[in-house]
Amino acid sequence: MLILEDIHTHYGKIEALHGVSVEINEGEIVSLIGANGAGKTTLLMTVCGAPQASAGRVVLDGRDITKEPTSQIMRSGIAIVPEGRRIFSGLTVKENLHMGGFFNTKSEIRKSQEHVYELFPRLKERESQRAGTMSGGEQQMLAIGRALMSKPRLIILDEPSLGLAPLIIKQIFEIIGKLRDDGMTVFLVEQNAHQALNLADRGYVLETGRIRLHDTGANLLVNPQVREAYLGG
Amino acid sequence: MATSNVRHALFCAIVTIVISYPILGLNLEAEGVNIVLTGTDATTIVAIACAALIVFLFQLFRDSVMGKLGAVSDLNPLTGRKPMEQDKRAKLESWVLTGLVVVALFWPFFSSRGAVDLATLVLIYVILALGLNVVVGLAGLLDLGYVAFYAVGAYTFALLSQYYGVSFWMALPLGALLAGLFGLLLGFPVLRLRGDYLAIVTLGFGEIIRILLNNWTNVTGGPNGIGGIPDPTLFGMEFGRRVKGEGNTSFHETFGIAYSGEHKVIFLYLIALVLAIITALIIRRLMKMPVGRAWEALREDEIAARSLGLSRTAVKLSAFTIGAFFAGFAGTIFASKQGFISPESFVFLESAIVLAIVVLGGMGSQIGVILAAIAVTILPELAREFSEYRMLIFGATMVLMMIWRPQGLVPMRRLHITLKTQE
Repeated sequence: MLILEDIHTHYGKIEALHGVSVEINEGEIVSLIGANGAGKTTLLMTVCGAPQASAGRVVLDGRDITKEPTSQIMRSGIAIVPEGRRIFSGLTVKENLHMGGFFNTKSEIRKSQEHVYELFPRLKERESQRAGTMSGGEQQMLAIGRALMSKPRLIILDEPSLGLAPLIIKQIFEIIGKLRDDGMTVFLVEQNAHQALNLADRGYVLETGRIRLHDTGANLLVNPQVREAYLGG
Repeated sequence: MATSNVRHALFCAIVTIVISYPILGLNLEAEGVNIVLTGTDATTIVAIACAALIVFLFQLFRDSVMGKLGAVSDLNPLTGRKPMEQDKRAKLESWVLTGLVVVALFWPFFSSRGAVDLATLVLIYVILALGLNVVVGLAGLLDLGYVAFYAVGAYTFALLSQYYGVSFWMALPLGALLAGLFGLLLGFPVLRLRGDYLAIVTLGFGEIIRILLNNWTNVTGGPNGIGGIPDPTLFGMEFGRRVKGEGNTSFHETFGIAYSGEHKVIFLYLIALVLAIITALIIRRLMKMPVGRAWEALREDEIAARSLGLSRTAVKLSAFTIGAFFAGFAGTIFASKQGFISPESFVFLESAIVLAIVVLGGMGSQIGVILAAIAVTILPELAREFSEYRMLIFGATMVLMMIWRPQGLVPMRRLHITLKTQE
C-alpha cells in the first residue's frame, strides 16, 4: 500500500535519513522502533511531504507522492496522529473531530463521528468540553479519533504512548489492534518497543537514519540485538 | 521585605524628582541675547514635592494597594453569577442587537452634526477592527501594517475620482477589491513567517505603502494629498448646495426641503452604518463556515491543521485577503467622509490603534471588538478638556485593562459549551 524506496531526507545540509526503504501492506500493523534521534519522526514527516525527500520515492497505491504538497497527500486516504497529540486545545471535542473530517460531507462526518464515539465512549461524554481541559489519555484518544474522521485507509501514529500512564497505554494499544481488525492499515512509530512489537505484524528498527533490522514483530521481540538495545536485556 | 520596600520607594521618589524638577521647575528665559535659567514659583515646587511623596507612599504600600485593587473585581456583582442558558442568552443577544441597530438608524436625526460625524468615524473603526479581527483574532497572524490596506482603499477612490471621475458607489467595491488584492500579494511572502517575524514584515509593508504614497508626487500628490474627493450620491442625487456632476439632481430640491449641510453628514453616517452591519454579518457567517474553523485551527496548531490536509497557503491567504478587503471598504468611506486624504492619515499609529481595539475588545469576539472601537474612538473626544493628557489616559487605560481583563472586554465565547455535572 505504502512503499518507501531508498529515502534520503535533509534538514538543510544535514542528512537525517540515509536511504531508508520501508514497505507497508494493506491490513497490517507495521511498527518502527528506534532510539531518540534515529529519524523516526523524520521518516513520517517525509511521508507527509514536510520536509520532502531529497532522493528516493514515496509511493502510495502505485502513485508517486514524493513531490506532492502536504495538503494533497493528507487528503488521499492517509491520516496521521502527530507526536505530542497536537489537538486544538481551545476547540471543543466535537469541533476537533469535525476538523478531522474537514473535507468530507456532513453525512459522512456524522457517520464517522458515531464510529469514533463507539471506539471511545469517553469522548462522547466530553463532547462539549474544551479539548485542552482533558487528561492526557483522553487527549490522545481525541487525536486518534480526529485522525479517523477523514476515513483513512492508512493511519500513521507517532508515539501514541508518549507521557501516558501504563493503564492508558494498554487501552490505546487495544484500540490500535481493533482498528486493524476493522481492516485499517496501521504504521506505528514507538519508543515503547515491547508493546509496539507485540502488536505488530512486522517491524523495522531504525538507527541513525538507516534501517538496521527488519523482521516479523514476534521475531524482533526475541532477537538478541533488539532485546539488548531496546527491551532492556 | 519592609526595608527593601522602603529603599525601593525612596529610589522611585528620587527618580520622580530627578525627572520632573528640571522639566517643570526650571525655566529658560531670554534676556536680550543671553538665556537665563530661573526657578519657578513655589506652587510648582510644592506640586513636585507632593508628586514625589505620592510616588513614595504608593511604592511603600504597593503590595497592599495592588492587592486591594485586585479585590475590586470581586466586588463586581456579576462575577459570581451563573452563566445564562445558551438559547436564552442567544435570544436576548439578538433582541439587544436589533434594538441597537434601530436606535443607531434613527439617532442621527435627533443629534448634533459633530456627534454624527464622530459616530461615522467610530463606524469606520468598527469596520477596520472587524476586518483585522479576522487576521489577528481568528487566524492568529499578527499584522502591524493593517493601515496599508486602509490606505489602498482610500487612495483607490481618491485617484479614480480625480483621474477618471469614478463615483463613490463604483469605487467602493473597487477599493475593497484592490485592497484585497494587496492583501493577497502581501500574503505570499509572509506565508512561511510566524509571530514576531510576521509582525515585522507587515510593519514594513505598511511603511512601504505610506512612503510610496508620500513620494510618488506626480500621481498621488505626495504629502500634499488629494482633495476634492466627491461625496456619495443617493440614486444620482447630490447633497451639496449646487449640483456638480452632470445629470445629477440635488437632494434638497428633489424632496423640496430646505438645504442643510446636515443631510450629507447623516447620509454618510447611514452608509457607514449599513456597511458596518454588512461587514459584521459577513464575518459572522464566515466564522461559522469551514473557512472560519480552518482559521482557528491554524491559529491553535499549525502542524495539526496541516496533518488534517488543510493547506496552510490557502488558509493564511484567505484570512489576509478578507481582512484587507474590509480595510479597503473602510478606506473608501474615510476618503469620502474627509474629502481630502494625505499619507499623514495612514501612519503606523493607526495600525496600532486598530490592533489595540482588537486586543481590548477580546480577540476573535465581534461584540467585544465593536464595543472597544466605540470606546477607543469616543473616549479621547470626551476627554477633550484634558487634551494634553489624552495619550497618557489612553495608555493608562490600556495598562489597567491588560492587568484586569487580559482576555478583553467581551472575550470570544466558544459556541455550544455546556458543562455537564457527573451523576
